[in-house]
Amino acid sequence: MQRIVIDVLGDLGGAVIDGLGRLGRAALFFGRVLGVSHRVLRRFGQVTREMRASGVRSVLIIVVSGLFVGMVLAVQGHDVLQRFGASDSLGVLVALSLVRELGPVVTALLFAGRAGSAIAAEIGLMRATDQLSAMEMMAVDPVARIVGPRFYGAVFSMPLLAAMFSVLGVFGAWLIGVRLIGIDAGSFWSQMQATVDFRHDVLNGLLKSVVFGVAVGLIAVFEGFHAAPTAGGVSSATTRTVVISSLAVLFLDFVMTTWMFRG
Amino acid sequence: MSIDPDTLIDLDGVAFGHGRTLLFDGVDLRIKRGQVVAVIGSSGVGKTTLLRLIGGQITAKAGSVRVAGVSVGRLDRKGLYALRRRMGMLFQQGALFTDLSVFDNVAFPYRENTDLPESMIRTLVLLKLETVGLRGAASVMPSQLSGGMARRVALARAIALDPMLMMYDEPFTGLDPISLGMVGRLIRRINDAFGMTSIIVTHDLNESLLIADRVILLADRRVYADMTPAELRTATDPFVRQFVDGAFEGPVPFHQPAPPLAEDLFDRAAHRH
Repeated sequence: MQRIVIDVLGDLGGAVIDGLGRLGRAALFFGRVLGVSHRVLRRFGQVTREMRASGVRSVLIIVVSGLFVGMVLAVQGHDVLQRFGASDSLGVLVALSLVRELGPVVTALLFAGRAGSAIAAEIGLMRATDQLSAMEMMAVDPVARIVGPRFYGAVFSMPLLAAMFSVLGVFGAWLIGVRLIGIDAGSFWSQMQATVDFRHDVLNGLLKSVVFGVAVGLIAVFEGFHAAPTAGGVSSATTRTVVISSLAVLFLDFVMTTWMFRG
Repeated sequence: MSIDPDTLIDLDGVAFGHGRTLLFDGVDLRIKRGQVVAVIGSSGVGKTTLLRLIGGQITAKAGSVRVAGVSVGRLDRKGLYALRRRMGMLFQQGALFTDLSVFDNVAFPYRENTDLPESMIRTLVLLKLETVGLRGAASVMPSQLSGGMARRVALARAIALDPMLMMYDEPFTGLDPISLGMVGRLIRRINDAFGMTSIIVTHDLNESLLIADRVILLADRRVYADMTPAELRTATDPFVRQFVDGAFEGPVPFHQPAPPLAEDLFDRAAHRH
């Protein structure tokens, strides 16, 4: 019995030390990526190419998801609001939920699954096929040439995608609420306009998505860059990217929501 | 220590290993400018590690690695990159960038390391591709190339900046006899035409005997033998002989050390693993 307890504690301690070590390495790597920022941003063409690869190709999934989330919010929101005779506030409810929370969070989760995993797999495969070593031997820093553009591509794509998600969500809610259920279009829009504050709601939502972009981008490039150079290594890097990114997004969202909206 | 200007690579008492096990212990090696040197040895003996030490991708635990008189282990990133601009390395599978065409792969070192105008880069790239006989494949993507062609494109990319030193990691692996001979002759021709020095890590003894000036045999964590191809063919050392003849029996045993077979098969305690 005593031995089992010691084994469990030992494993637990090992896992904690492992995790902390990884966190430390990720922090150092983040420093390295930030350190080459000026070189990356000076050649902005490479960043836009990566925004196309990860951002533009995520547009479809974001748009469709946004539309459906908005429609579902309208159905559910209307169901609750009408009990209190407040159906006219549907626009406010949907807009605030989307702009403050669902837009940034769901976009980040979808982006991690769609683009983050692809970034990790691509960099991991480049590592496994010696492309990163070849680059180093050509005196080209792979952090500046490969990692940096992909990281900033994610950082710049995320708020744009989140904005699209929210816009499509509001449109979906309008389709259901106004066109289908028959809420007054005037009160739907005017209440939304009167209540949603640009700085407090929209900008905070955008700030969230920028932070999520940094988190997902960093996790994807870190996992890919440090993947073991084998098929198993690349597959575990992609899995870790999606799992850790999702958890990080939810955790960061909690922290930022408490800080921004607690009152 | 006096430095002979003719010596390009100078390894002096180099030790390297992971953890406590040493892969190298007291490796001494001098390579003169202009030579083609083949490095042979059993799998896992550290042939590729030797190239990585010279290229500064890893650092020796003891001893010094000097390239053109510069101690590689003491360089910072900037100094290392400056040195690497004068080195080329051909990786085992070519390591071409799969998202770039053949042309863009060869143009990569020019675009990243020089400020040359695009028109001049085009000329240089086409000349390098002509050297390896693949000017006609400039617009092709790497995935459409055969193994031998990919290796030749990677060679054109590695020699783009006219390096003083070329390192080849298993350049012959997985090639058909025609491509193999072609790559072998190309290595020798490029070395002599551009006044380079070349190190070839290989398992292919026949090909390396044809093109190398010297053959280095790594074993026992050090340079076991350092001979010309002619000396190697007539060597009498049993280990060298076994290596050259590819003999089944010799100083290198067929079996990994293990407990007696009967014990492993019938002893219950041994079943646990």
